[in-house]
Order: sequence, then C-alpha cells, then structure tokens
Amino acid sequence: MASILLAGFGGQGILFAGKQLVSAGMNAGKEVSWLPSYGPEMRGGTCNCSVNIEDDPVGSPLVTEPDILVAFNKPSYEKFYKSVKKGGRVFIDSSLIDSKCERTDITAEYIPATSLADISGFAKLANVVMLGYIIKKTGLFTKDYFVSCLKASAPKSKPELAELNLKAFEIGYSYDD
Amino acid sequence: MSKMLMKGNEAIAEAAIRAGCKLFFGYPITPQTELSEYMAKQMPKRGGLCLQAESEIAAINMVLGATASGARAITSSSSPGISLKSEGISYIAGSDLPCVIVNVQRGGPGLGGIQPAQSDYNQATKAPGHGDLHLIVLAPASVQEMASLTGLAFDLADQYRMPAMILADGALGQMMEPVDFEERTPRELPEKTWACCGHGNKREHNIINSLYIQPNVLEDIVKERFKRYEEVEKNEVMYEEYMCDDADIVIVAYGITARIAKSAVKEARAMGVKAGLFRCITLYPFPAKELEKLSHKVKRFVSVEMNMGQMVNDVKVATDCRVPVTHCGRTGGVIPTVKEITEEIMRLSAKKEG
Amino acid sequence: MVVFKKPHALTDVPFHYCPGCTHGIVHRLVAEVIDELGIEGETVGIAPVGCSVFAYNYFNCDMIEAPHGRAPAVATGVKRANPDKTVFTYQGDGDLAAIGTAETVHVGTRGENITIIFINNAIYGMTGGQMAPTTLLGQVTTTTPYGRDKHIQGNPIRICEMLATLDGTAYAERVSVDCVKNVVAAKKAIKKAFEIQQKKLGLSIVEVLSSCPTNWGLTPEKALEWLRANMIEHYPLGVYKDVTKEAE
Repeated sequence: MASILLAGFGGQGILFAGKQLVSAGMNAGKEVSWLPSYGPEMRGGTCNCSVNIEDDPVGSPLVTEPDILVAFNKPSYEKFYKSVKKGGRVFIDSSLIDSKCERTDITAEYIPATSLADISGFAKLANVVMLGYIIKKTGLFTKDYFVSCLKASAPKSKPELAELNLKAFEIGYSYDD
Repeated sequence: MSKMLMKGNEAIAEAAIRAGCKLFFGYPITPQTELSEYMAKQMPKRGGLCLQAESEIAAINMVLGATASGARAITSSSSPGISLKSEGISYIAGSDLPCVIVNVQRGGPGLGGIQPAQSDYNQATKAPGHGDLHLIVLAPASVQEMASLTGLAFDLADQYRMPAMILADGALGQMMEPVDFEERTPRELPEKTWACCGHGNKREHNIINSLYIQPNVLEDIVKERFKRYEEVEKNEVMYEEYMCDDADIVIVAYGITARIAKSAVKEARAMGVKAGLFRCITLYPFPAKELEKLSHKVKRFVSVEMNMGQMVNDVKVATDCRVPVTHCGRTGGVIPTVKEITEEIMRLSAKKEG
Repeated sequence: MVVFKKPHALTDVPFHYCPGCTHGIVHRLVAEVIDELGIEGETVGIAPVGCSVFAYNYFNCDMIEAPHGRAPAVATGVKRANPDKTVFTYQGDGDLAAIGTAETVHVGTRGENITIIFINNAIYGMTGGQMAPTTLLGQVTTTTPYGRDKHIQGNPIRICEMLATLDGTAYAERVSVDCVKNVVAAKKAIKKAFEIQQKKLGLSIVEVLSSCPTNWGLTPEKALEWLRANMIEHYPLGVYKDVTKEAE
C-alpha cells in the first residue's frame, strides 16, 4: 500500500501521527511497521518516523524512498523531498514551510496545519489536522474507519482527548485548498 | 488473542514476564531503555521486581544470585553495557546457570553510536566472556520474534543450564510491529535441584561455583559442558530458507538485515536473478550443516550484516570454502537499503556471467 | 561434658588457611551464630574471591561463589528472589573495599537486608601480600616495598565509617579477633547483624580486624600484637551505626 515518512521537530506529534496510521493498518489486517528516529536529536531537534503499511510482510522498516512524505518543518522538507518515489506525494505544512515543490514527478499537497490547529484552539494537534488531510487526499483508509481507530486510540480515562482529536481530524479532512 | 502494537524492547519485556520471569536487573542505556521502563511499570503490578542496578556489572551479578537461587532472571543492555557484563556472563556459564541476557546492539567499538548495528556478532558467538564457553544466541528479525524467542530463550537456558542471549539491534528494539503473545507451550524442564535457596535441613548443602584449582578437574568439567553444547548443536538449530531451492546466489543474514535482504531477493528475482535467502535464527548453535548442504547447490554466498563481515568466516568454515563467500553491509549504525543489497546481488550475478 | 564441638554449620572439610590466620576463628563465629539462630537450612552464603574463596566448602548452608567484589550484588539477587531467606557475604578487604566498592556502597544505599562479614587484614593474602585498600600508611607490602605513601598510593579506607553515613545501613560495627575478649565481642556483633537482617531493618555489616602472619612476615602471636599496636588506632573498634539503638 504505502511507505510513509513523517518528519519535523520533536514535540510536533510526528511519532503519534505515525502510530495512528500503523494502528489503523494493523486493525485492517495489513502488515505494518513503525520505526522512530531515536536518541538525543529527539529532544528538540529533528524527529522522523518511518511507517510501512503493506500487503506482504515488511522488509526494511526504514523508509528511505517514501511513497508519501509528510513534512512538518522546512529542514525536514528540504532533507527528504528529493527521496520521494516517482509518482509519490509530499504533504507540506504550509504554515511552517514556505517552499513550493519544484518536482513535477510527484504531487505536492499544501495545508497550513499548524495555523489551522492554532486558530481552532488545538495548538498541539496540527499532526491530527494533517492526518485528516492525508486520509482525504490518499484514501489510504475510509474516513469512518480511520475515525473509529482514532477514537479507540485515546485512553479511556481521557474521553475529552478523543473528542479533540476528532475535531482536529475533521478540520484537516474538510480543508479545501 | 488479538495483536498488539508494541516496540521490540517492550515485546521482550512482556514475553519475559509471561515466561514466568519475576526478576529484572538492568542499567539504562540507549537503545534498550524501553525494556527497563516496561519492566519498571509492569513488574510491581505482576508480582515481580525490576531493580535498577548501580552498574551493568552489578546487574549481571544480581542475575547470577537470583538464578543461582533458582529463579528465572533477565538483564538487558546494549553493546558497551554487554562488554561490562562479560565478566558475569563468564561466571554464569562457568557455574552452569541459566539466565537470559538481551543485547539491543548499537554501533561500536567504544562508545560508538546509538544507531542499530550487528557488530557484536563475534562477541556473542565467539567470546562473550573469558574461558571455553558458549551462550545460546538467538537472533530475532521482527517484533513478533523478539517476543517468541524470549520465551524460548528461558526454556533453552533452563533445559541446558546455560545462559541464552537475545541478540537484537536498535532498529528491532525501537520499532513497533503487531505482536501476538499466543499461548506458548513451555518445554518440560528438569527440576532445579541444584539451586541455592536454603536446604531446609532436607538435603546436603548445594554449592554453586566456577573455581576448580586442579587443572584436570577443570578440564573434565569443561569437557562435560562441551558435551552439553554438542546436544544444543544437535537439537536446537533454527533457520529459515527463502527461495533457496534453485538459487545461484544465497544471502546469509540474521536479524534486521535478513528481512531487508528478503526484499532484495524478491527484487533480484523480479530481474531474473536466482537469488535466495538463508536466515540464521540461532547464531549459536550455528546452522552449519544446513549451509553445508546448500553449498553443494549454489554458486556463491553473500553475508549481509551491519558490521564489517563478522559472520563471513563462519559461513566459509561451515561450507568448507566450497564456493565464494563475500560480505555486503554497512556498519557504524547505518542500516543497508534494499537497493544496496539488490545492486550487490546484480553485480555478483553479472560477474559470474562475465 | 562436651568441651569442644564443631558447629553444625561448618562442614568436615579441613580449612586450608595458613597457621595463625584468623579466618578460621571468624568462620567458626559465623557458624555458631547460624547454629544458635537455627537458620542453617534457610541461609545462603556468598563466598568472595580472595583467601576465603573456598568458604563455600566450609559452611554447611547453601553457598554461592561470586566474582571478585561482586558478592553484594550476588547477595542482592538471592535476597530479592528469596526475601525470607537469610543471606550473608563473607569478603576480604580487596574484594569489598577495592574492586567491589560500588557494589558495597549500593547495598548500603538500597538498604538490602543482607549481612556482610568483612575481613580487614590490611593486605592481599591470596595473591601473596600486595597492598590492600586498607593497608596502613608506611606498611610494607610487595607492591609498597618502601611503605605505603599517601602521595603515591593514597590513604587507607575506613569502611564502617563510610557505610554508616548511608541511610540504608542499619548496623555497622568494627570488631577484632586479636584476643579472647574481643572474639566474644565479635560473635555478639555477628549475631546482632544476623538478627537485624531477620528483622528486615537494612544492611548489616561487621568488620573484623584480622591478622595475616604469613604475608605480614610475623609469627601468629607477633601478628596479633601488630594488629593491636597498629590497626586498632587507625580502625577504632566500636558500633558506627545501630538503628535499633537510635529507635530506643
């Protein structure tokens, strides 16, 4: 199905977003893997995570040529956009990345995820806004199915978290470029 | 039971608890720390103990004490920490004690790096400590195997009264995959009549030691231990063959690189090259006989590892140098890509024809 | 009337110790205490590396031989797996106060319910008379042939005083086995240490000033005189910590 690389700063919820995708894949019976960058750079520096959602068992968990790149900051975008597979897609948080993708063999999708989250009062949920947009544009999973996974992922002790995530997801899903 | 999404480090910890291990002794080190953290969270809730020791040396000796008294015990670390544990590992082996040691490898030598590596292959299989000794060395290639081989490691250790090591790496430790803790069928194991837990005035006192001052006595004991190793070599070899039947070029690999190599084999096949994969699941015992058999059919072996080629000689010896054995891989914490391995297969394939 | 009887907690294996060595006395005291408390079947002992490495052959309770200096860590493993058993280590000065310092300090910080019997004879015996961490200033050993010089080899370490500063240490006493009176006091201390462990109050340690006639190059009698004249001054006898007293 897809190899996905999500990249940005530590604290932007990159790993969480990746985990939501993998979790949805697993529950749908797909072969999945999730590999974070780890070590000191996680804390405040760059952060990325490799996600594979496949029909066959996953070979390398490390995504070096993603079908889908999700970039949450400019350094990550510049570092990785050249590695995206031909015919692939790059999702760009346009509130933090002012570049326009010059590659014509991949599709660039722009969404000001961070500003949209801020305006709506979900400052920490730009990652979930982005997930909404990714699901809409790629059709990796149906909306209803992914929403049900997202809902189930929140701890039972914090139902309000599930509500916030669903709202943020909807903002991304209904974003009209 | 349904599958759970878990990190490899956590899967080992959960599997150990499910295998009846109540005692974890460790010291923090990247990239295995999630294992200790999982133990710290779970052990108190499940009637066990997670104790952070003052050093790796203390941790392995706490394991020595716990296992000498008959309990299942585990410690985990990453490469530099395993070097520190090697003293205790030697004593545990020399005292015929079972235990499980986890090495979530990172790049070396020295402080090295923190990214995934397989450069402790020689340490694990050749010299995990001073003296004539072996560890059972299991090399998982997925989070699922991190779990299932951990349960097996405890059984093997108890059955043969020797330490067993899970030789993983930073990628396997850090990555999440679905894991199913299916009901494992534990082996039937001998009673630990040798354990030092108080004789209760019902038997002679037990002594656990590794000191034998008389050379001929020590020699006899080592030889007897090696008879047990022969049993391990006879009974416990594990491996996986993938498309080896008609293969010209067979990749030999273990752990994380084996699954990357599998993708490369598929790509090479798609380009018309008869490639195959031989994955070692046990590194000690080494699947020497199986490789020997294969060596009569194939044109060459390529050892794919995240080190400078530490397994190459083992493959050469196993196959009597019948066909060329070369190395392909990265080291220092770099994970080889499918493309790199595929290119090497294609290059060797072209070389053969040219 | 029985005048002399070997404690049950000692095996029939003859000691290998040199003539005049005080290990034999301390072994006997520990065994007598084990007998008196009736805990031989519930006790696990940890032998060190050093002269007393063969202690596992001499005590009738279950015995484990630890790597050099690691006896406290091994004891921790045994005790955590068997919280209701009595666990003791028997260690010399090189084992406990040099190579095993970290393990020693941290059973104190954790307050492990174990008992340490610490033999301080100011020298490495098994390897043939080298400097120990407890060797006195000016003392001649094979590795301090001109006498221990604090500017070169540093100063002798006082273990009881150090461990007494740790919150997890319940009992620390230094005794000597140079004369009958002191031997009686030593046994009392060892018994108290085991009792403190049984009450789960924390780490108990008894440091025993001992002699090494062979490596000191003295007759057994002269060695005891040397101990009295030199060691006790630097290592004063007494109780350095006793939580049962503090509670009173």
